[in-house]
Amino acid sequence: MSDDAPTNDGQQFDRLPETPADRAVEGRASREEVLDWWEERFGIGRDTFAEYSFWEKGAGKIWIFNGEASDPSEVEAVGMTFLRTRQEHWKPTGRAVSRFGSRATKNVIELGPERAAAFAAGDDQDLPEWDGDWGYLIATHEVAGESVPIGVGLYLYDELRSVVPKGSRADLPVVE
Amino acid sequence: MNPLDRYEPLVDDVDAFRAACDRPLPSVVRTNGIAATPARVREAFDEAGVAYEPVDWHDGLFRLPDGNPGGNWPYVHGWTHGQEEVSVLPGLALDPQPGERVWDACAAPGSKTTQIADAMDDEGTVVANDNNLGRLSALRHNAERLGITNAVVTNQDARNFSTKPLAFDEFDRALVDAPCSCEGTCRKNPDVLDQWTLDHVHAVAGIQKGVLARAVQATRPGGVVVYSTCTFAPEENEAVLDHVLASEDCELVDFDLPLDTDPGVTEWDGETYDESVTRAKRIYPHRNDTGGFFCAKLRVGGAAGDGGGVADGGEVDA
Repeated sequence: MSDDAPTNDGQQFDRLPETPADRAVEGRASREEVLDWWEERFGIGRDTFAEYSFWEKGAGKIWIFNGEASDPSEVEAVGMTFLRTRQEHWKPTGRAVSRFGSRATKNVIELGPERAAAFAAGDDQDLPEWDGDWGYLIATHEVAGESVPIGVGLYLYDELRSVVPKGSRADLPVVE
Repeated sequence: MNPLDRYEPLVDDVDAFRAACDRPLPSVVRTNGIAATPARVREAFDEAGVAYEPVDWHDGLFRLPDGNPGGNWPYVHGWTHGQEEVSVLPGLALDPQPGERVWDACAAPGSKTTQIADAMDDEGTVVANDNNLGRLSALRHNAERLGITNAVVTNQDARNFSTKPLAFDEFDRALVDAPCSCEGTCRKNPDVLDQWTLDHVHAVAGIQKGVLARAVQATRPGGVVVYSTCTFAPEENEAVLDHVLASEDCELVDFDLPLDTDPGVTEWDGETYDESVTRAKRIYPHRNDTGGFFCAKLRVGGAAGDGGGVADGGEVDA
């Protein structure tokens, strides 16, 4: 790599390239790969994100944005955080799951009232009955007759780990 | 001295005004329409046994008599946001539309930014600016919690805000919810009355004039600027409007708010202000049992470009 090759910058937003072939910054995810990933992992169709642009700031932190931006390199934030790439398994943010997770058709785990409250509090729980994929799941529970995403869970070895960030954890009463 | 003493000449019923200022305010939440409807929030509250009272002038607001607006599932899911009733008014006056370009000049911690994004159906661009980096983290937290994807967050001094990082160089609408002496929040935080000084009023009025002038400059001809504060001080309200009316190409317009309001005042402490400041609205705590507030709506002058004035031109005087 030459000294003047474009590199990832933790201080500015850069738009994701359309495809891997358009990639100028090594290791940066492309828009196509992001769309593929949501479709493959959660069954959330590509049309869902047709109007949105994707941006990277820092190593692998992807943001989703629905506004106009030509040069957001010097702003503090565009849209909301969406996805972590540049690690072995990509990880959706809890915010992305909260916003778009109700459209998911797979890798969704529905929790009962007690488990939902424990999950929101950040507690890990034994859950040997899950026979779906391991890895990042969307945890949901029923509110007022409909399934609502709570956040991102990591399922490994018969255990559902809550990866709800500390600042978003909540001690809630169990609602039967 | 209690700074509320100085406003007694402005209010019609001093005893009711003082009594209202001494009463605490209930917790209030606003429904985030990006995530839920008011009916769904009510259903979830009912299911969880959360006590709530409707607010008769706005179906998306709920008073929570038991407090703790964050301790329930609707909050965790981003369906609700704690926001005092009068704080909803500038967003209503601004009336942003989907697809527009809107500037929130003094945005942190983001209650009004998120209300604006909601009114825009999360479509278009809302530029949420604040000069205080620490407060911006609260803004970002709130915007993310409520699932807003059309906001750009900037950290500039609003008085000389640059549109250079943006994809456009003028806004359809701007909100200046200015930093102020905050007497109107005394029902939530009585300390503001102890910390009040006239020097601070004068200092902050200078900042307010600078921010409002920049908002008028950054808004396209025919566009709308809303100016609001949570203070009763005419130095920070009508005097700021008077200054900007004289120095920038804009006019005050009539507008409706769904609460009982008093008109802006044209005389204060030996000063007189442009007659049109009476189109601004003063919200006193005893009128509607809310916090205190001030809100004005301006139309930016000059020749409107293609597309003409803002859609709600019916409120603009011919």
